[in-house]
Amino acid sequence: MSGSVLFDAPGPKARRRILILNIIGALGFIALIVWVISVLADYGQLAPEKWTSFTQSSTWQNYLLPGLMNTFKSAAIAIFTSLAFGMIFGMGRLAHNKIINGISSVVVEFFRAVPVLLMMIFFWIFFGRMGIVPQGDAPFVAVVLALTLYNGSVVAELVRSGVHGLPKGQREAGIAIGLTRGQSLRFVEVPQALVAMMPALLGQFVVILKDSALGAIINYNELLFSSRLVGTGNANVFQALLVAAVIFILINFALTSLAQWVSTRVARRRARADATDEGPGEAPGPPQTMGTTATV
Amino acid sequence: MEAYLSLWETYGPRMLETFWTNIQLTFWAAIASVTLGALLALMRISPVTSLRWVGAAYVNIFRNTPLTIIMTFGVLVLFGVFQVQIADDFNLNFFRIAIIGLTVYHAAFFCEAIRSGVNTVPLGQAEAARAIGLSFLPAARLVIFPQALRGSIAPMGNVLIALIKNSTVAMAGSVAEISGTMRTMMEFRPDVGIPIFLTVAAFFVIVVLPVGMLATYLSKKLAVTR
Repeated sequence: MSGSVLFDAPGPKARRRILILNIIGALGFIALIVWVISVLADYGQLAPEKWTSFTQSSTWQNYLLPGLMNTFKSAAIAIFTSLAFGMIFGMGRLAHNKIINGISSVVVEFFRAVPVLLMMIFFWIFFGRMGIVPQGDAPFVAVVLALTLYNGSVVAELVRSGVHGLPKGQREAGIAIGLTRGQSLRFVEVPQALVAMMPALLGQFVVILKDSALGAIINYNELLFSSRLVGTGNANVFQALLVAAVIFILINFALTSLAQWVSTRVARRRARADATDEGPGEAPGPPQTMGTTATV
Repeated sequence: MEAYLSLWETYGPRMLETFWTNIQLTFWAAIASVTLGALLALMRISPVTSLRWVGAAYVNIFRNTPLTIIMTFGVLVLFGVFQVQIADDFNLNFFRIAIIGLTVYHAAFFCEAIRSGVNTVPLGQAEAARAIGLSFLPAARLVIFPQALRGSIAPMGNVLIALIKNSTVAMAGSVAEISGTMRTMMEFRPDVGIPIFLTVAAFFVIVVLPVGMLATYLSKKLAVTR
């Protein structure tokens, strides 16, 4: 907590007040936990038989692990496809050609404004009914496609703002050595923007993983769906959803922490680069990295 | 074209009605989650370790939980197991539980948006405020928060947009809202599937784009020039 905007280094009086608040806060938190536990006990949710199904390997082998694999499968594929989608449409929005630019803008703005769940429901029923994909595969295809269109559009915006964040000299240098606008984008600007994008990109992977759980609504057999099966089968829905939530939280927390770590690395790299080559015409501004906070 | 018009005849009122439910969900959840988020942000920037810890734990837990799980939890656990009744009416009960679910989830993001606003204020501002003799509260009220608020407009706008779109997840919370209506329409009229999707999507585009533009406009107009 060094260098807080709001608070000075506390003196003896303030330190005493902080200590008292600290104790009150901790007691309040403990009271909350005790209350939750007592409510759980009242409803018999702490009884051992409510939890034993999660110590049996059959629960994991038949339900939770296959569900988790399906979650990973849809998320992993969606990560790759949305990266590809984002690269194409991100560069499309940076293109000088009015038509390409216009189409890319409309596509990106549209898919960012439409709820992912609506797209999933649409693709699920549409593909299933039209026989475009086999009935059984429709949920999976719908999940991947919807995740790709939404997150790909977000990645496109990241690419665009990443390139805009670069010093102008990069493009000018690219043009000066005889590259076309597109070549300069592909070989000079986007690779550099990718580095600055890294933290935000990792944050977007968390969104993809979280949103893959929407698949449960359209009967895609992923982790939430399978844990709901476990819960209704063993009359322990609370425990089953808790286990699913903990798995999601652990994976996403690891990804978020990685994003934060990368973010500080990138910031330090930028700071070092700024310190070593303060060439003329390039103002040594603050390190430009994209934050990891605003990924809902 | 005729098929599409007959669609409006059959489902038009229901579409508007259920979309209005989404707007109401968004409205109440926005008020509640901004309040809770501000409280969490205060906890996270306070010098009190235990409060900071609780705030951080809250954000890390709920930011990383899929909203779908929270909504399912509301129906199957809060209602199914613990028989939570916060309204006599059956549907109103699910509606309110969905608002709680949306609030719990988005408060974590509003907290981070507000906190990132506070982080945009340079340390020198606080030092200058103290140097001219302002004590803690006047410095916070007159110097820090006005700047922090302006810095948090853009991220808060993003969270609000996400909230509007995420109100559709209330479908997992047994609330009759627009995505449930779309599902019914798609199942009964797959022949006009694409127009159905475009129509429902247009509802969201019409609401989301102006909110986004307003947030961008305000954050630029009110930006603190440094």
